[in-house]
Amino acid sequence: MVEERSFLSRVFNGFNVILLILITLLCVLPVWYTLVVSLSDKAAVSAGQVFIWPKGFTLASYEAIIGDGQFLKSFLISVERVVLGAVITLFVVLLMAYPLSKTTKEFAPRNILMWLLIFSMLFSGGLVPWYMTMKSLGMINNIWGLVLGGGLPVFNVILVMNFFRNLPKEIEESALIDGAGPWRILFNVVFPLSTPVLATILVFTIVYHWNEFFQALVLMTKNENYPLQSYIRQVAVVVDMSKLDVETVKRSVGLSNQTLNAAKIFVSMLPLLIIYPFLQKYFVKGITLGSVKG
Amino acid sequence: MRIRGITKHYYLMLLPGLIWLFFFNLLPMHGILMAFKEFNPGMGIWKSPWVGLENFRYMFELDDSIQVFKNTIFIAVLKMIGNLIVPLLFALMLNEVKNRYFSRTVQTIVYLPHFLSWVIVAGIMIDIFSYTGPINQVLSVFGMDPVLFFANAKIFPSLIVGSDIWKEFGFAAIIFFAALTSINPEMYEAAAIDGASQFKRLMRITLPSILPVAILLGTLSLGNILNAGFDQIFNLYNPAVYSTGDVIDTWVYRAGLIDMQYGLATAVGLLKSVVGLVLISTSYGLAYRFANYRIF
Repeated sequence: MVEERSFLSRVFNGFNVILLILITLLCVLPVWYTLVVSLSDKAAVSAGQVFIWPKGFTLASYEAIIGDGQFLKSFLISVERVVLGAVITLFVVLLMAYPLSKTTKEFAPRNILMWLLIFSMLFSGGLVPWYMTMKSLGMINNIWGLVLGGGLPVFNVILVMNFFRNLPKEIEESALIDGAGPWRILFNVVFPLSTPVLATILVFTIVYHWNEFFQALVLMTKNENYPLQSYIRQVAVVVDMSKLDVETVKRSVGLSNQTLNAAKIFVSMLPLLIIYPFLQKYFVKGITLGSVKG
Repeated sequence: MRIRGITKHYYLMLLPGLIWLFFFNLLPMHGILMAFKEFNPGMGIWKSPWVGLENFRYMFELDDSIQVFKNTIFIAVLKMIGNLIVPLLFALMLNEVKNRYFSRTVQTIVYLPHFLSWVIVAGIMIDIFSYTGPINQVLSVFGMDPVLFFANAKIFPSLIVGSDIWKEFGFAAIIFFAALTSINPEMYEAAAIDGASQFKRLMRITLPSILPVAILLGTLSLGNILNAGFDQIFNLYNPAVYSTGDVIDTWVYRAGLIDMQYGLATAVGLLKSVVGLVLISTSYGLAYRFANYRIF
């Protein structure tokens, strides 16, 4: 590699590294701050004395969460949604992407189906027609509304299909000659070769279902059926209109339970923070695969 | 004969996906009829009376709609610019660092906010920008009065655009990193032998090599000019900032599902979908023509 020794270059590189460190800190500090607030004494937080380190360290908020039935229920609903959503999406996308990866010569309606998929990805009826349909399908207060209601993830189908098309044709051909049918080829030959792309869409699906809050807000009429994000939104995000003028804000400080909310927010991102390091190599591959092709 | 036998299996494989597509992507489209009807919940979509373009006419008469339209475009355009330039600059900066451990650590950390939901980010932001929160504490050190950030319509768009860039710049930079690693290192070596400084190499090799990717991404983002980011604004806004923060999607939510003006909300949603489809098709067309970009 090229060596750089000039004075100007050193100054530039020094500034560059410092700036990059600051930018990086800017990305973690808000998350860290939330953790610190959740571990601090309520009064110290209300007085605005908590910054980088907990003041009056206490686990009271986390003890309160463990005893909070609705929080735990919402957590379990989210877990159920992620598991069902991930298994079904992966299975359907895999099955769908395989025939679509064939040429029109091998599978004639392939292009028409592709255009149908692209169309349904780019155009939708909008919110109100979607809600009406979900209602008439009996998806109100129904976990399946959450699992399937987002619609077929067409982008994932395209991602997997593009991956299949780049696999060497000879592998499938030799399996065909050995007498394997299309199902056997898909599950015993293509599937094992596709772990990188399947892991990528698995990541996207898990994150999507874990983070989605809006459909649940609309489809669940009973708050007890909320998944975690919708629940968090209700307790920690919705701005109380009565607090909008300065005096009421000042007075209500200390009444609102900032430390408890911070703990809830932190716990709801914890699963993601834990699996995140393992996901990284997959989504980096996924996004470059999906966006810019060589 | 053999081929035809296989085709049957292909249809079978497509079946679950097509059923899903039909019920949850395509079936909702028949509800578009509501845009041309005076929707009566008792009669259902089909039996409600037709009103032609009445809902669309009404939409243009509302004072809100022009403002909402302006807000949408303003926020979306600022986001498009910021979400292109910041990741590009960041990628170029990190590319100048030759220590691999350092750049890997930085990358891992800056990707993280992308994976947090807007509910979480909004919850954190409301704490940080609260009346007694850290930002106001810092302001008070400089002798400034505390600000009610989320009740101030003038500040609100900057909060929206800023937090969106904060959340997405790292993830958006991934594509630029990929483009940067594909630059042939021999070019740098040749330039160094010819005596080009670090800055010159950045301007003459790195920047031109990565520019096509930036232009491609910019073109593709044009299709999103009516998407100001529903999840984000929905979680951060309140009536005090409707004048600058209300966008088409949030307005449709309130008109349709809260105020139950089904026909009107469907009409606005439909207009947005149609314009959006045209814009996206155009930007993909441009990307295909000039950068040979293909989605499949």
